[in-house]
Amino acid sequence: MSYAFSIEPILDNWEIFAQGAAMTLLLTALGAVTGVAAGILGAVSRAWRLPVLSPFYAVYVECVRNTPFLVQLYFIFFGLPSLGVKLSGWEASFLAMALNLGAYSTEIIRAGVMAVPRGQIEAAESLAMDRWQIFRFVILRPALKTVWPALCSQIIIVMLGSSVCSQVAAQELTYAANLIQSRTFRAFEIYFFSTLLYLGLAILVRRFLKAFGRRIIDGRTA
Amino acid sequence: MPLVLAEGIQKNFGSLEVLKGVDLRVEEGEVVAIIGRSGSGKSTLLRIINGLETFDAGILSIDGERRTGLEKDLRPLRLKVGMVFQQFNLFPHLTAGENVMLAPREVKKLSQRAVRELAEETLSKVGLADKFKAYPDQLSGGQQQRVAIARALAMRPKALLCDEITSALDPELVGEVLDVVQRLAAEGMTLIMVTHEMRFARNVGNKLIFMHQGKVHEEGDPRELFAHPKTPELASFTSAIQ
Ligand SMILES: Nc1ncnc2c1ncn2[C@@H]1O[C@H](COP(=O)(O)OP(=O)(O)O)[C@@H](O)[C@H]1O
Ligand SMILES: [Mg+2]
Repeated sequence: MSYAFSIEPILDNWEIFAQGAAMTLLLTALGAVTGVAAGILGAVSRAWRLPVLSPFYAVYVECVRNTPFLVQLYFIFFGLPSLGVKLSGWEASFLAMALNLGAYSTEIIRAGVMAVPRGQIEAAESLAMDRWQIFRFVILRPALKTVWPALCSQIIIVMLGSSVCSQVAAQELTYAANLIQSRTFRAFEIYFFSTLLYLGLAILVRRFLKAFGRRIIDGRTA
Repeated sequence: MPLVLAEGIQKNFGSLEVLKGVDLRVEEGEVVAIIGRSGSGKSTLLRIINGLETFDAGILSIDGERRTGLEKDLRPLRLKVGMVFQQFNLFPHLTAGENVMLAPREVKKLSQRAVRELAEETLSKVGLADKFKAYPDQLSGGQQQRVAIARALAMRPKALLCDEITSALDPELVGEVLDVVQRLAAEGMTLIMVTHEMRFARNVGNKLIFMHQGKVHEEGDPRELFAHPKTPELASFTSAIQ
């Protein structure tokens, strides 16, 4: 059994690969920012049992965590147009990723919020701070710091999961790979290289998130 | 008019009667030391005065304002009384200076420059001017507690409540914290202090309150009470602790 590995299909199509990888990164970045923001709101809603928001988040989190990502994506892309909401492939992908991450990060960040010692909150209360000030200045940063490793892993999971967004014609990395493979029929080379690209992206994103956590979330100068 | 006036304060946790009618009267500038066995309700009383707990019956007025114990917004009250806790409760992600500046900036909306001056002033008052940029985990327990005192003082409270503020400290660090409190007392700060430091209670306090089983069991001049306890409970408490 011998297989002649050929580098040409990769080199000839590097631009398509690069565009796909860029789209994957863009989707991940937008999905992460929106999803974590939704998660912060969800965490505080759940932790404080805010009216309306807390039951809303409870239902939302359960729905997302107990259904497959691909089905969520299909629902948004193929289902929503029936309600008059027609989204492009990448818009639907972004929304699905943000919704997915929003649900998981609600639970992750909530654990961080609950881990802030009661005494610190009471100290802030005794300084006449209101609950939003307490959340923003006393709870949020330590809570995010506690759960940041878990949150980073979840963001990576969502990034890798975005490979299924090729199914709704979002032109991310897997879409690019499929496209090149259908033109060259060099499945081995193309998917081998895509695997390496995903691996590289994941390592890159994890490093970036780690540095971001150290610089922005921890934010210590000494 | 007294700064803090409590009459017949009662507090239950479920079926547990923790305060069974507490009377307390603190005049401006007074230094009141509260002593008593663990579980006698001392912390609960302080927490009620600061609005961290509700109460079930009685009258409480702070600086002439009557409290029902049910109000939703306790911030006006908390602007008048500051609190220092046994466990320091500094915000670990903020430097000493930022810990002090946070509430004046966010609550009182003072300018950045004003809060900075305020933080420098209060930190130097507790002897920590050089620790402005240190994080809590870079400070000793005694230093952390002094930052906590500075943080409370920066809100310019009319009274400061201290709940066993030296109990979590190594013995050799107790003195530096008590020195700060003693200086505040000398400057005329109104202090209500739950403490196990009997020498401090006797020498610095104007008034001693002995709590026992959810009530003020005895009160009066500290030297007088320590020398001649009227009740066997106080007598056995002071002899047990000394
Ligand atoms: N949040 C609470 N829930 C139930 N019981 C409490 C609570 N806080 C205090 N207690 C009880 O109230 C009693 C008085 O407590 P506390 O005021 O802390 O006493 P002290 O400070 O004098 O040691 C204790 O029996 C304690 O267990
Ligand atoms: Mg106590």
